[in-house]
Amino acid sequence: MVSARAIAETVRDPELPMLTLADLGVLREVSESDGSVTVSITPTYTGCPAMDTMRDDLVHALRGAGYERVEVRTVLQPAWSTDWITESGRRKLAEAGIAPPGSAPRRTSGPIPLTLGPPARRVCCPRCGSADTELVSRFGATACKSLRRCSSCGEPFEHVKEI
Amino acid sequence: MSFDNAYEALAEAHDDSRWAFGTGFEDPLAGVDTSVPSGVDGSDLARYCLMLGDDALVFSHRLQQWCTRAPELEDEVAIANIGLDLLGQARLLLARAGRADGTGRGEDDYAFFRAEHEFGNVRLAELEHGDFGQLIAVLLVFVTWRLALLQRLRSSADPVLAAIADKGVKELTYHRDYAAQWAVRLGDGTAFSHERMQAGLDGIWPFVDELFAPHDTESRLSAAGVAVDPATARAEFDAVLDQVFTAATLTRPQTPGKAGVNGQTGRGGRHTEAMGYLLAELQSVARGYPEATW
Repeated sequence: MVSARAIAETVRDPELPMLTLADLGVLREVSESDGSVTVSITPTYTGCPAMDTMRDDLVHALRGAGYERVEVRTVLQPAWSTDWITESGRRKLAEAGIAPPGSAPRRTSGPIPLTLGPPARRVCCPRCGSADTELVSRFGATACKSLRRCSSCGEPFEHVKEI
Repeated sequence: MSFDNAYEALAEAHDDSRWAFGTGFEDPLAGVDTSVPSGVDGSDLARYCLMLGDDALVFSHRLQQWCTRAPELEDEVAIANIGLDLLGQARLLLARAGRADGTGRGEDDYAFFRAEHEFGNVRLAELEHGDFGQLIAVLLVFVTWRLALLQRLRSSADPVLAAIADKGVKELTYHRDYAAQWAVRLGDGTAFSHERMQAGLDGIWPFVDELFAPHDTESRLSAAGVAVDPATARAEFDAVLDQVFTAATLTRPQTPGKAGVNGQTGRGGRHTEAMGYLLAELQSVARGYPEATW
């Protein structure tokens, strides 16, 4: 029988299907005890409607592999960060034409500074590699992505926002 | 499961996770330890979760009303995304309330089957947005205030509230940047955009003082280290807004706060006329078909 961890690691993200939940850093823990499996996942964004689908997909995959008793738990803290996307996940994003995130902003305990200008962040075009790209919209088709355009090759592309 | 075709995925027989009322949303706090910390009053904690949750739920509903009405596609997407983030915060907070007060009520019970006077949101959250200038004004004020609150709530003695705040802070940070950048663009734009932005601020300003007036529940829980006394967030709120107003050439309105009814405002369940219409729309399907599933 394939281990529950190995099965859980094959489950893909419903919105970014080129990534597994493990690539995305959403899969926090898989434990087996007396034939029952407990999987812990952490939400990327609190409103992400994909969470319910992820839960269903995990249960479905594990049941399909012979694990009848499966419990999926939510872990809220520490909050998910794009820093948890694995190296292989970043490579797969870039291969799919989505610019992977840079490092997430550092957390502080005092007041959070306001950003009035566009964030000065170097994001390379996933198609031609040029660093000459501009932000089109900080919000994209899913909560986790912004929209950019490459000034060299002219292609629009998505970028996973750093949080 | 196939991911190549969205319709194929929807048609799969085992998939019962559609996204609307009556579709059996899973518990957003599944597996989270939601026991009430010792020494904390469970009904106070629940009421506080409902206050913060209702702020997010009701304001999210107002943002959802902008769908198909935003001036540009990018802003359409932005406003919907901000509404979605706030709805996510509301789901966790409403679910947390049901665990804290011992009733076991779920998020839907609170969202769809409470009467107006049982909602504890601040009145600012329920106001109608006249035009885009007013939307940006109310969004800027609401998320600046909420970010200052949640940043403090990260050290709450209730670990569930602390975790919800920790996550919410990340989202509110970019909500605030969005609103502030638009406030600057409109305020420091043309004479017409400046006038609309200033009018938007003037229109909502009577509801600002209420944001910083602690309700009895908030006072009791902040003494216990669970809640944030909103008055402690005023200085930070003022400093951030002054920064925006300076860059945007806007004037801080001087209008006094709007009085409540018998000393009660939104936190105490006394709302403006707009609230009844908002709830009627929000709750009509759930109340018309309370047992419905699809």
